[in-house]
Amino acid sequence: MMARLKSWEGLLLATLAVIFLFNVWATPEFISPANQINLFQLSIEKIIMALVMTFVIINAEIDLSIGSMMGLSACAFGYFFQLGVDPVLCIVICLAIGAVGGAFNGFFVTRIGLPSLVVTLATLIGFRGLARVMVEDHGINNFPAWFDRLGQEGLVGRVPFALIAFFVLFVFLYIVLERSSFGRLTYVIGSNKDVAEFAGIDTGRHKMVIFTASGLIAAFAGLLFAARVGAVRGDVGNGFELDVITIVLLGGVSIFGGKGTLVGTLLSVLIVLNLRNGMGLLNITGHIQTGVIGILLISSVIIPRIPLGRGKLKAEA
Amino acid sequence: MLQKIAPQTLRLLALVAVMVLITLFFASQISGFLNGRLFNRISSSVAIMALIATGQTLVILTRNIDLSVGSIVGFVAFATGLMVGHHPDLNPIVLLVFSMLIGAGFGLVNGVLVAYARVPSIIVTLATMALYRSSLVWFSDGKSITTESLPQWLINFPNTVLFSLGAMEFRAAFCASLVVVIAVALAMAKLRPARQIYAVGSNPEAADLAGIDAARVVLAAFVLSGVLSGLAGYMFLARYGTITVVAGLGFELKSVASAVVGGVNIFGGSGSVIGAFLGAILVDLLENGLRLLPGLSEFWREAVLGALILAAVATDTVISRRLAAVRAARAQKEALAAREVAP
Repeated sequence: MMARLKSWEGLLLATLAVIFLFNVWATPEFISPANQINLFQLSIEKIIMALVMTFVIINAEIDLSIGSMMGLSACAFGYFFQLGVDPVLCIVICLAIGAVGGAFNGFFVTRIGLPSLVVTLATLIGFRGLARVMVEDHGINNFPAWFDRLGQEGLVGRVPFALIAFFVLFVFLYIVLERSSFGRLTYVIGSNKDVAEFAGIDTGRHKMVIFTASGLIAAFAGLLFAARVGAVRGDVGNGFELDVITIVLLGGVSIFGGKGTLVGTLLSVLIVLNLRNGMGLLNITGHIQTGVIGILLISSVIIPRIPLGRGKLKAEA
Repeated sequence: MLQKIAPQTLRLLALVAVMVLITLFFASQISGFLNGRLFNRISSSVAIMALIATGQTLVILTRNIDLSVGSIVGFVAFATGLMVGHHPDLNPIVLLVFSMLIGAGFGLVNGVLVAYARVPSIIVTLATMALYRSSLVWFSDGKSITTESLPQWLINFPNTVLFSLGAMEFRAAFCASLVVVIAVALAMAKLRPARQIYAVGSNPEAADLAGIDAARVVLAAFVLSGVLSGLAGYMFLARYGTITVVAGLGFELKSVASAVVGGVNIFGGSGSVIGAFLGAILVDLLENGLRLLPGLSEFWREAVLGALILAAVATDTVISRRLAAVRAARAQKEALAAREVAP
């Protein structure tokens, strides 16, 4: 089982190498530091949300509301900023909205016992609605200069704040998932919730924490978006949930829970970003890019099933 | 009394009751809410969504989900528009079959991947949703279908009034859609092959032991969902005339919402097509009512809609759980009583 997981990550790594080399060969400017940073920067919100989505899916749940929560947080920032609230306080309010929204999802999943697919489908609609209530049909911009700078310019050298945040969050979550009891419980609850409950684990509380974190990070992503683009509208983050879920599943996380790693998600993030960026440099439009990633997603589930070599066939027989 | 009615029927009755209450609420708040125009507006939009929700229900009943329906609707609407634009004197029925066949083809791809390649449906249809949408972008080459390129009969079709009750017009599209829904509902209640969908959804192992080919049933559900989405694409083209690459975007989630509000269990095995139909009406009724409600900014519509969907599902789950517990307790008591009487 471990060997198989390792080999899956090996396959991802090989795929990444092929795409990377192809990009370098096809368009020389691909390798430039500016393009490399741009590559992350353009999808930074999605890849940050993918990290927490990894926890959600390993835990055998799903959160469809993150795109809407991201929009809600971005719009709330614009709304309160326009009211003259101090920008720092605005940020705190937005993060609080994210945590409360996430906990709201968690409450309906763990206390009422509704499937997360249904709950977050409803909040996908609901959070988006609240975002529209806040900004109605106009955009808000003219954020303070330091806020825009944080989103658009390099913080350490040319590396922007959001990218640093991504890697810090990755290391933190990696330690949590691989080295802490919380991480172990995430796998245990994801692979068999009933067994976990019989073992005396408070699965409700655990899921509650994960949903809250998911909302919080989505709100954070919304703020990153506001800073990066310098303006917010009611449709910020629309449809992002599906891209994020695609990244996580492509990274080898099982939709049935209990299996997957953050390293897989990271590799998948790199594959998707390199693929999109490379296709973008070759003037292939966004919709077609999404289609290619769709094919990749299905093959990622089918290919590991094809038995390679006789040894494995024997082992299964 | 409640003991005699099947839980499914009870759920439908509750849904109708909720619908009546909501209508009464809106009617008391909005002057002139209950008029023919409202019926016509809701029925025109439900005509399309009911078909998609029916297909979605069949898929959900087998413990799967179809997120690609919106992209299928968009693609079919575009392809049908292109077809009829090039061959304006094509027989309407041939055109209809053309739409349904494209839908069936897309559904077949989904179904084979889910039923035979055994890839989870949420992954397959998440991918094909993107794939079908990008095929549309590639296929349309940045152009869109416009009303001018369509024959007059197609544009007239959805608005043709078959008969009217007062100001309520029963238009062709709505009636056609109603006929399809009722036909599927009857099949689901009476026909053996259709009952297999419930069997596979409620207990796959038992269905397998009963000799049901589960893979084939799942495949059939996806193909039917594709066919119904194709049909919806045809209606979509007729109703709007102008088709761009974003046609049908978001229909996947709306159809799931309709089914779930209509009491279809997202884990499969229970629920009905009629329920999903009522769910689609309820969602549309809310959208229309909230838009007209005085004192409520139109921007609140989505937020309230999300909250109401959640409330509807939560109430349904809590009540049916209670009801099941009450029934189980009573059954146990009766069994105990019977045992005492027996010797």
